[in-house]
Amino acid sequence: MSRVSRLHRQGGAAHVFLIPWWLGLVLVTAVPLVASLYLSFTDYNILSTPEFNGLENFRRMFQDEYFWAAVKVTVIYVLVSIPLQLGFALLLALILDRGLRGLAFYRSAFYLPSLLGTSVAVAILWRQIFGDDGLIDRALSVFGLELGSWLQNPSLSLSTLIVLNVWTFGSPMVIFLAGLRQIPEELYEAAKVDGAGIVRQFTSVTIPLLTPIIFFNLILQTIGAFQTFTQAHVVSGGTGGPANSTLFYTLYIYQQGFTNFDMGYASALAWVLMIAIGLVTAVHFVLSKYWVFYGDD
Amino acid sequence: MTTATLETTRRSARAAVRRRGRRDLLKHLGLGAFVLLMLYPLIWMIVSSFKPDHLILTEPGLIPSEMTFDNFAEGWNALNRPFSVFFANSLIVTVGAIVGNLFSCSLTAFALARLEFRMRKVYLAITLVSVMLPMHVLVIPQYIFFSQLDLVNTYYPLLIPKFLATDAFFVYLMVQFIRTIPRDLDRAAWIDGSGPFRTFWYVILPLMRPALVTTTIFTFIWTWNDFFVPLIYLTSPKMFTVPVALNSMVDSETQSGVGMLFAMSLLSLLPVLIFFAVAQKQLIRGIATTGLK
Repeated sequence: MSRVSRLHRQGGAAHVFLIPWWLGLVLVTAVPLVASLYLSFTDYNILSTPEFNGLENFRRMFQDEYFWAAVKVTVIYVLVSIPLQLGFALLLALILDRGLRGLAFYRSAFYLPSLLGTSVAVAILWRQIFGDDGLIDRALSVFGLELGSWLQNPSLSLSTLIVLNVWTFGSPMVIFLAGLRQIPEELYEAAKVDGAGIVRQFTSVTIPLLTPIIFFNLILQTIGAFQTFTQAHVVSGGTGGPANSTLFYTLYIYQQGFTNFDMGYASALAWVLMIAIGLVTAVHFVLSKYWVFYGDD
Repeated sequence: MTTATLETTRRSARAAVRRRGRRDLLKHLGLGAFVLLMLYPLIWMIVSSFKPDHLILTEPGLIPSEMTFDNFAEGWNALNRPFSVFFANSLIVTVGAIVGNLFSCSLTAFALARLEFRMRKVYLAITLVSVMLPMHVLVIPQYIFFSQLDLVNTYYPLLIPKFLATDAFFVYLMVQFIRTIPRDLDRAAWIDGSGPFRTFWYVILPLMRPALVTTTIFTFIWTWNDFFVPLIYLTSPKMFTVPVALNSMVDSETQSGVGMLFAMSLLSLLPVLIFFAVAQKQLIRGIATTGLK
């Protein structure tokens, strides 16, 4: 059979294999993507027909104090919790890497919170831990600190969710451990021969070779953190309070879209989120040229 | 080498081993304490769900002075329906999602990894980009679409996307895996007269087992824990999955006690914990190779 006709035959089969994917791409992804872009220029409450109102939704955003509160909460959350989470992940991975016995046990134990961290159950647990007379409140009162409920305190409530995210450092840690395994032993040997001590080996071998993994974790966790919803919803009872201190961006989209049914505005908010995530990711990729090390070139 | 120097080398080697042993012991102590600190909240929740309400907040320790199963009995029936309803609902959604993902992602991945056709690279790129697309930008039109079809408050909006290969992460995972399967196997099947469908079903699919297992595990955990999508689509309590039911229990927290809330939360985590215990190795390997959460 000639190559062309074989290609033709496989092409036909490929389109059969790809029927579900095609339907998904069109119906679940592409059409909704375009539709939400259109809706973002309309006033639409799901009952009446969408009414085109130009850039009104975006103008409204600029004057909307809740929008700015949501931006602030989300940005602080990303900027504080991601470095802490990845820092813990890297530190623990380095401690566990050097042929320590019981690695499998520690790895599973540290991974467990990542597995459960986004569940409603853990968010409920968090409410009790940081609530009035909760574990933290009691522990601090031993030291004479009477803070009361962290969740009722606008200056502390966000930090409970930051702690929750840092608590899930296990999944990037597992990825770091896999990355550390990939570093060839010869490189350490060569470094030793050249007279490098432990510190020098760390800064000249381990860290450079790990930068692609650090970068990967950074992108992955940042994109995820921008979309935090469950924890914020449960911990604040869906309000984003007190005083909007846990009004995560996706929680605000939810409130506008599915509580107020202001779907035009919610679509505009969602598009701003998508563009923001895209820009942050693009900036990361540009900056990666300066610090991520890919092979010997 | 003289015996004397040999003896000193040996002695210093032994000392090094001892030093290393001592350092490891310190490490284990430190790590053990840290594990305890990390898992303390979970352990506290487990213990507290067996305590009478008034002791939960007054006893921060782990040894309960009084034990009871009341929280489970009362919590099970705290909402208008017993929790068995919500567990059954969660099970339906989770199993449906697993079947959907295995079916649609494996078909897609086979075509993208093995069949030759124009646009293959473009399709692969689209799949990769869609991994990064935040779902919040799609969810509003999807909701409008499903509500126009009168499918709100059914499981279709939760399951249909799974049967259409929209969890692009798994497509990507499977493509990567199929690429590690030697091409000679396909060629042999080809020479024996198998077309693409037989090759997929009899050759590739059985060899893809590890990737299918990883997909099953992660689909299970994500779907079981998922809150956002069921919260939006499931409006009547008889359709609630476990997380949505738990959330509605929080809303009526003043009536239902902390103990009940903990007991039901614990039960909701149990399937995930069991899955973790059974499939730990594949799970860790899955994260390590793909970066799934």
